[in-house]
Amino acid sequence: MSRFARFRRLVREFTGEAAWDDYLATCERDGVEPTTRRAFERHRADRIEHAPMARCC
Amino acid sequence: MSTRTPTAPQPTGTGGGGSRIRTVVVWSAVALVGAVCWAVLALSRGEDVSALWILFAALSSYAIAYRFYARFIARKVLEVDDTRATPAERLENGVDYEVTDRRVLFGHHFAAIAGAGPLVGPVLAAQMGYLPGTIWIIVGVILAGAVQDMVVLFLSMRRDGKSLGQMVRDEIGVVGGTAALIAVFAIMIIILAVLALVVVNALAESPWGVFSIGLTIPIALFMGFYLRYLRPGRVLETTAIGVVLLLLAIVGGGYVDQLGLGDALTLSKEHLVVALVVYGFVASILPVWMLLTPRDYLSTFMKIGVIVLLAVGLVIAAPTLQADAVTSFAVDGDGPVFAGKLFPFVFITIACGALSGFHALIASGTTPKMIAKESHVRMIGYGGMLMESFVAISALIAAVVIDQGLYYAMNAPAGATGGTPEGAAAFVSQLGFTITPGDLTAAAASIEESTLVSRTGGAPTLAFGLSQVFHQAFGGNLQAFWYHFAIMFEALFILTAVDAGTRVGRFMLQDTIGNVWTRFGDVSWRPAAWAASAVTVGAWGYFLYIGISDPLGGINQLFPLFGIANQLLAAIALTLCVTLLLKHGKLKWVWVPGIPLAWDLVVTMTASWQKVFSDNPAIGYFAQADRYRAARDAGDVLAPAADAGQMDQIIRNSTTNGVIQAVFALLVIVVVANAVVIWVRAIRAGSLPTTEVPHTPSQIVAPADFVATREEKEAVAAWEAERRELAGPQGHR
Repeated sequence: MSRFARFRRLVREFTGEAAWDDYLATCERDGVEPTTRRAFERHRADRIEHAPMARCC
Repeated sequence: MSTRTPTAPQPTGTGGGGSRIRTVVVWSAVALVGAVCWAVLALSRGEDVSALWILFAALSSYAIAYRFYARFIARKVLEVDDTRATPAERLENGVDYEVTDRRVLFGHHFAAIAGAGPLVGPVLAAQMGYLPGTIWIIVGVILAGAVQDMVVLFLSMRRDGKSLGQMVRDEIGVVGGTAALIAVFAIMIIILAVLALVVVNALAESPWGVFSIGLTIPIALFMGFYLRYLRPGRVLETTAIGVVLLLLAIVGGGYVDQLGLGDALTLSKEHLVVALVVYGFVASILPVWMLLTPRDYLSTFMKIGVIVLLAVGLVIAAPTLQADAVTSFAVDGDGPVFAGKLFPFVFITIACGALSGFHALIASGTTPKMIAKESHVRMIGYGGMLMESFVAISALIAAVVIDQGLYYAMNAPAGATGGTPEGAAAFVSQLGFTITPGDLTAAAASIEESTLVSRTGGAPTLAFGLSQVFHQAFGGNLQAFWYHFAIMFEALFILTAVDAGTRVGRFMLQDTIGNVWTRFGDVSWRPAAWAASAVTVGAWGYFLYIGISDPLGGINQLFPLFGIANQLLAAIALTLCVTLLLKHGKLKWVWVPGIPLAWDLVVTMTASWQKVFSDNPAIGYFAQADRYRAARDAGDVLAPAADAGQMDQIIRNSTTNGVIQAVFALLVIVVVANAVVIWVRAIRAGSLPTTEVPHTPSQIVAPADFVATREEKEAVAAWEAERRELAGPQGHR
């Protein structure tokens, strides 16, 4: 992986966008048809709905 | 999934003799820089001192503490073990538990712990001079704050990410656990109220500020809908759009008068309280994707941007310190910003940045469930707190490089200055500083505000200081922009903490009541969600209203309560750390959390005692209430109260604050007393069983620190190659 690709990966991990990359890679590896991005992201958003996001002062 | 596990080659060794010599030379140089900076700060009296001495004293001290003390704690005290699988590895489910890159987790953890606290406390503590705050922020973080964060993170990680309250209940006892649970909720309410008060004081009578901050809500909503419906998952793209819109909102605020919005957006403190309470309630019950998540993205990216900007701006501007090293207020305890002497009040005014108990909630929240390797607690727990301390040092610098006459005119309560430039100039001259009404008016005009007199709370002072630093550093005629940029990010951080905190409070209430009424604990059940949100918002809204309506000045009444509350929470966290070290039979290392605990208890209990029992009405809440009660009963009206109604208000507020203060201290005493029983048992027995999960071998290989060594890179590469090899054939089945 090139230095730029590593940096891009790090940024996408920070923003959470790498989850989609990982999902696509897993689907490809397992030979499974991926769901739509919208359905994937909605599922992720729904999962964090019930988790408190503590932010300090 | 692979069918056989990689052998997980762990990196070994730290390099040869050449690198050892280089290491010694580098660290000797860092130590020398630190020693010179500290010497200059210690010895300079009366001459011009550059703020860079403070900045580099801090940076070199942080570097040495991280390199040596944090490593000592990791290796000797905690005995971090990278052969042991973390909860993220063992329980990975892609939801709560997820192995996360150490640098990414560092960013997330820092974004969660840092907010407006380290920006505001040091500004208020600057009335003691620049030296007490500097020493406490740096020494405090190294020996107390960062230790607490790192150790709590480690303890929670070894217990599958249990919360602070759960660990206190499991490891200390039901009595201590219950007291801790009540204390955490009550302390959070006060913290939210005081943070909201800072925002109200910054935005009152400031149409530009109201315009910019108000627009953050539709901007966040737009981002939420954009991410949900238009471009799902494109976080970076959406955040970039949001940041651009934020900057446009700041610029647009300069045209509120031309847009005919000046009067409509000139809001009183009472209006702002209503707006904030409604906002807090709505944010708590809306789906998180709509408002909280996008606001959090904005806030996180602004935090990182602001830190970079602060560091660059301060180095380029290299401003000269205007405050004395130690002021007379530190000795006499009669400062206008808050009452009380250097000890204990500087140590509770600066909480975030030196020692913040609230961090223990984060360090026992999501972070421990995402750590890849045990050794990362040093970088994330200790390193994250050092970063916050750097923010606090920058804020202190911003407050002590502005004209000190202006500093006191801005931070003295309206009861003292009369709220006018003339009154403020006269008041400031009594303190021994010189500033004319014309100077005050010109300073306000330079940032396009109607007045700077009695703009208490710390945020306007910090914003003015930063605008001056950025103006010096980057040039241009942008001082008003920088002021409102600073107000914007402070308010953004605070509103993020307020809406997230309200939601956490709602969850805590639902969880607690859910123990006796199961349905109420269902976070999806709207009546429960609405009721718990209303109670939480109502509680902090009540204290917020006390703050804005108190004739004595809300900040100097409530900020000590906020600081003491935060550090009492730290006392609970450090008590847990001491307890667990003793239960693990590590009596010889108990001084690591024990010294900060002892110091914290001395400070908070002294401060609590003084706030409750001092017969000085400027300090003791009940003495204050008695003084006004006696005057009211005699038919007198004491300034700054204007009538009998305000006399009653002061009596009521001071009594409430005194009761709350006493309750906080008692709750912590209960936790500590409960813990002492366990300490005695553990010392007598040598050790006691704990809820630590058993060792499970780790299969992950990852570098331990920010920068990977060559050996670590090689080990990671070998491990990744093996994983690919294992996954490859299966992937092509």
